[in-house]
Amino acid sequence: MNHAWLEKNSAFLLIGIILVIAIGGLVEIAPLFWVGGTVEKVSGMRPYTPLELEGRNIYVREGCYVCHSQQIRTLRDEVERYGHYSLAAESMYDHPFQWGSERTGPDLARVGGKYSDQWHQSHMIDPRAVVPESIMPPYKFLFSTPLDYRDIKKILVTNREVGVPYTQEQIDNAKQDLEAQADPNADGLDAMQKRYPKAQARDFDGNPDTITEGDALIAYLQMLGTLVDFKSYRATAPENRR
Amino acid sequence: MQVETMRAPAQTPWRFDHYFVPLVIFFGLVASLIEAARSPDPRMVAQGWIFGVCMAVTGVWYMWMYASRTPADEKQFYAEAVIKAGVGASMFWGIAGMLVGVIIALQLSFPHLFYFADEPWTNFGRLRPLHTSAVIFAFGGNVLIATSFYVVQRTCRARLFGGSLSWLVFWGYNIFIVLAGTGYLLGISESREYAEPEWYADLWLTIVWVCYLVVFLGTLIRRKEPHIYVANWFYLSFIITIAVLHVVNNLSMPVSLLESKSYSLFSGVQDALTQWWYGHNAVGFFLTAGFLGIMYYFIPKRAERPVYSYRLSIIHFWSLIFIYIWAGPHHLLYTALPEWAQTLGMTFSIILWMPSWGGMINGMMTLSGAWDKLRTDPVLRMMVVSVAFYGMATFEGPAMSVKAVNALSHYTNWTIGHVHSGALGWVGYVSFGALYCLVPWLWKKKLYSNALVEWHFWISTLGIVLYITSMWVAGIMQGLMWRAYNEFGFLEYAFSETVLAMHPYYIIRALGGILYLAGTLIMAFNLWKTIRSGVPATAAAPAGLVAEAAQ
Repeated sequence: MNHAWLEKNSAFLLIGIILVIAIGGLVEIAPLFWVGGTVEKVSGMRPYTPLELEGRNIYVREGCYVCHSQQIRTLRDEVERYGHYSLAAESMYDHPFQWGSERTGPDLARVGGKYSDQWHQSHMIDPRAVVPESIMPPYKFLFSTPLDYRDIKKILVTNREVGVPYTQEQIDNAKQDLEAQADPNADGLDAMQKRYPKAQARDFDGNPDTITEGDALIAYLQMLGTLVDFKSYRATAPENRR
Repeated sequence: MQVETMRAPAQTPWRFDHYFVPLVIFFGLVASLIEAARSPDPRMVAQGWIFGVCMAVTGVWYMWMYASRTPADEKQFYAEAVIKAGVGASMFWGIAGMLVGVIIALQLSFPHLFYFADEPWTNFGRLRPLHTSAVIFAFGGNVLIATSFYVVQRTCRARLFGGSLSWLVFWGYNIFIVLAGTGYLLGISESREYAEPEWYADLWLTIVWVCYLVVFLGTLIRRKEPHIYVANWFYLSFIITIAVLHVVNNLSMPVSLLESKSYSLFSGVQDALTQWWYGHNAVGFFLTAGFLGIMYYFIPKRAERPVYSYRLSIIHFWSLIFIYIWAGPHHLLYTALPEWAQTLGMTFSIILWMPSWGGMINGMMTLSGAWDKLRTDPVLRMMVVSVAFYGMATFEGPAMSVKAVNALSHYTNWTIGHVHSGALGWVGYVSFGALYCLVPWLWKKKLYSNALVEWHFWISTLGIVLYITSMWVAGIMQGLMWRAYNEFGFLEYAFSETVLAMHPYYIIRALGGILYLAGTLIMAFNLWKTIRSGVPATAAAPAGLVAEAAQ
């Protein structure tokens, strides 16, 4: 075997390694950006509202993804336990994705609307008070920490830069929209819900004085998996079979 | 041992590294002070101060080392001081990382005792990345850097390239670890598994990693041996591929240069496959190729036998690095990833079994004619057992990549068990073996106690057995309970019932972790005693040096 030319010349060895490791990644990842149908065409998907996006940031910050997946597989028991299997379209505005890899706790892809705000709040303050078997950490501090949303506009701009289709109107009104969603009596409520269809607006943590991190996180959890209109989605249609 | 006196004239000539290293430290200091002073983000301010203090200390240390003198280490043929530092850092981070592992295992076992409602930084979600990063990147990374610096010099018969650049690699890498670890505790995370540090830490690691490549490649280029030894192929592929993976997977847009938060360039399904292309190849190139480099140097040295098959090493090297890259999609089976990518990932994962076992056979059969040493040399035994664990984990991995198996195993504790049979058995043991070799060789002392190595070996082996068996049982049970139906056709168990069922296995797992940590503490004590009070190695050279003298 004539391998000497590779092991006697470090430049050849270096180039050889780069070529060999490049192939697999290019063949598998690159087509996902242009092969049609990788992400289904669905109705109902919209970018996160500013409050939901802040909630998502807290979800990322606290490392919720290490125990909770957001990806229902195409298996009978999962669909019966959690709901319709996850579509690629449902995470198309997720920078980064939160599919997770472990279910120390249950999947959260469709947790939206399954529990009341009050349940979420009690559960996060003291998980074992609500679910005695739970091994989840307590997140009491979320409800006493005011949400820091000074840079919400910049956050939306950054998301637009990486590809989320926020309109200029949505960016300009980011702060008002965030405040309106957490306050059921706000003036800008209708305008916010027009910009973000199906957005749920209320005082999520029952504390009208402050917008807390808890408000944002519950707003995020309550919308998870609720956007896509599954009445109009046909899983067996040719364009949706991948 | 070849000891050549320094051939350089008394007056040190102009050297690139004497300007480059202080310049990097200086710009690091400036950047950190700007962040500390100007950032509106309190987390970024904290990170700025931490990084700034690290830079200042490194700068002072560098001046003390190099201003108007030549350090003693630069007067001998091989650079050894930086390797000694790497050995110390490996021990420190190994203990720290495993301790955090034990703590989070206890949190899952006894949540009412080990969670503190008013201390967010103690929560599982922040400590788990701390554990994984500390054991993989801090412990494993320091072992890889230290051993690669040792191996590349000895097998090339050349001093490390770049002078003090290797010190920038050592300090820079460890400062990255500090930045990443404190970041997790503060709540800074990109949420990309095994790539959680934010954009500024990623940039810093990129600079450090390029320096690492320059040192390693430069040493290869100035070698006095005609052939590049097989261990160095693996180290080189590890350094190159990790650089590519790190840069691509961490592409992201910061909210501003003064904010810690960034958003990944890719989203959803593309982001998921990019991340698991990274994640799986962090296993493939960091935890496999790098540590195979260790295997290919330390096992032949210790056993005083040549590598079993030169031809096999060529075949398995090129096939391993080619095939590994394809295996990422097996982390995303039955998800929203397109079917063709899932099938491709599964197929290559199964093929990957062959080159993996090629490496195992080559390591194991190197003991041909020296099997009796397993009785008398606990260090060699530890390394051979590590190769056996490598073989086991690389058989289990392809099996779990089969879609039908993955349907059961994915999202369960089986995955945790699989990872730890590789991490504790393969990566841990081959690292321990290398450290047990390196300390006596570097400090020129006899190992303090062989009996303590025996204790380490048996206690930690018991720990591994408890860990992986409990997680196998827990994982399979969890998977079966999730999919169990009762006679009426309804799901039999609520999710909370499956959590309750895990309780005894979580306790056994924590016990396994405690035993493994205890073994590591025994090793740290043994190595510390070797360095501090060990008997100098006498004329009867230790095993590793005989073969070298024969060169």
